Amino acid sequence: MGDRIPAGGTTRCDMPFAVETRDLTRIFAGKKRIRRKRHASEGEDGSGPVTALDHVAMEIHDGELFGLLGPNGAGKTTLIKILATLLLPTSGEAYVAGHDVAKDPFPIRQQINMVCGGETSGYGLLTTRENIWMFSQFYGVPSKVSKARIDELMHVFGLWDKRDTKVRMLSTGQRQKMNMIRGFVTDPSILFLDEPTLGLDVNAARVIRDYVMNWVRKRTGKTVLLTTHYMMEADEMCDRIAIIDRGKILACDTPANLKRMIRHDTTFRLEVDTLHDVTSFGSIRGVKNFSHREDIATNRAHLTFILEDESPVAEILSRITTQASKVHSLQKSEPTLEDVFISMVGRGLE
Amino acid sequence: MSTYWRTFKVAAWLGWEMDSNWTEPWLFVLYSILKPVAGAFILVLMYVVFATIGNTEDPSMFAYMYVGNAFFIFVASTLFGTFQVIQSDREWYQTIRYVYISPISYYVYILGRAASKVAVATFAVVVTLAFGIAFLGVEMGLSLADVPVLVAAFVLGIAVLLAIGICLGGISFLTAKHVHGLAEGIPGLFYVFCGVLFPLSALPEWGRSVGQAIPLTYWFDLTRRILVPGTSIDRTLNAYDDLTILLLLFASSLVFFALSVIIFRIGEYVARKAGKIDMTTSY
Repeated sequence: MGDRIPAGGTTRCDMPFAVETRDLTRIFAGKKRIRRKRHASEGEDGSGPVTALDHVAMEIHDGELFGLLGPNGAGKTTLIKILATLLLPTSGEAYVAGHDVAKDPFPIRQQINMVCGGETSGYGLLTTRENIWMFSQFYGVPSKVSKARIDELMHVFGLWDKRDTKVRMLSTGQRQKMNMIRGFVTDPSILFLDEPTLGLDVNAARVIRDYVMNWVRKRTGKTVLLTTHYMMEADEMCDRIAIIDRGKILACDTPANLKRMIRHDTTFRLEVDTLHDVTSFGSIRGVKNFSHREDIATNRAHLTFILEDESPVAEILSRITTQASKVHSLQKSEPTLEDVFISMVGRGLE
Repeated sequence: MSTYWRTFKVAAWLGWEMDSNWTEPWLFVLYSILKPVAGAFILVLMYVVFATIGNTEDPSMFAYMYVGNAFFIFVASTLFGTFQVIQSDREWYQTIRYVYISPISYYVYILGRAASKVAVATFAVVVTLAFGIAFLGVEMGLSLADVPVLVAAFVLGIAVLLAIGICLGGISFLTAKHVHGLAEGIPGLFYVFCGVLFPLSALPEWGRSVGQAIPLTYWFDLTRRILVPGTSIDRTLNAYDDLTILLLLFASSLVFFALSVIIFRIGEYVARKAGKIDMTTSY
């Protein structure tokens, strides 16, 4: 049995769950011809089965903007695909709007929509407007209503000038905006957004974030499940966040409560010259966890330490200087969601 | 029912836009006429080769070949138009995940997408037949009384083709690598075993059995009986009257429709289980 997620700050027990999963597990089969299966969790080398979701249990309330925060390969997209009825779970149960995703997908599909970031889907020979209109017709949106919504959303997302442009002529960012409009034009009760701002410029990402937040907060009965590996995005947008890594949900609460989990800890960020050995930092007394990221372009390393207090700092600096590395910056900072993640798994989100 | 009809209409619109919207309207019309006419000239060449090799010249043989090949346009076009929908939505347009999770019947969506292929193929067949009558001396004798049977056979023939296409679509949910092989291979088998170019009597016994197990054989035979009544070529199914052939075609349509639903659902279920619905492989 999977661990039950602790109730978050916005729990409303009287409201029905928009999404609920119980012991949800998804294992992708590996390539049998390469090697026989030994253990369900193997697959790091790409040959054996991969456990994408491991007994995930969570509840998303109606009207909630819920975030799944985790690094690439954590299982976020797999979870969204199961909830969107694209993929069947290996075991466990998942319910969307009260319906079982495995046994009863049709009523779910009437209430959901999904947008995946960073992809360039669309029928190239149709215009932007035609593409979105066509999808709205699959959902039975009256044509007149659909056209009015498309025009409004095109203005919001800055795509009005491209309304009669064929999709094949759109840039990647413009196609992504078109897909966001496709997601909203059907006015779903539950919207799955999988990395919606991936690869977008700052302004476009800002517009999308604002629109999503307003859409959930100003209208009743709208639920969004957002996956992201941008911690600022999750922090800013979500009512509650589940931190996911290697298919397991590690924690789930409001952003404030998650950060409070490490409020007694001290966070230090350092920028130093590339280091030969970083493993020894873990053995320093008082270091709860740390992450390390090399920047090949600048030949520098970025270290984030979660410390019990400030006492290990001297020892950390000493070990850096003994490797003939220079410290370029040292900063004590307020805990972020990434620090919560680092304190739990010992590496960053990137 | 309204969901099915709505899905069919929108999918048919999409299919038509994709089939016709790739160029200027006048160029599309020109292409739609020239392509079947060019195909007719290939037939003439084939007939000349056959006649030279066999040292015989038989106008009814040419009419046999010509009508068979004209109607074979439906086979290639409808089959390809049906089962390449999944492949194109998945690999080229990458829209399959959004179409699939919408509240529609994906089976009906594929039928809708294929509808425009049937329309384009119908136009091509009409052009081919008209060109044959006007310029190549193909003698046809359609009587008004036979039109209902011809139309019924046409509807059932297309239904069988769509059903076979959907079966292949169910398979293409699971494989991307072999889709193009199927696209070429299956129509090729029908070309040989269904009496398109030559009568079934030219085949060995086992080949005749294969041909008689494929509903398209009955469609082609019945169509030829009605359009080229004076042909002296072996009609393969001489033992059956027109109505019996129509009933056989109807029965086989039902069987193939049931098969298509079963195979499609199994393919869809297995693909959803294996995570292959929206896979992209670059094949």
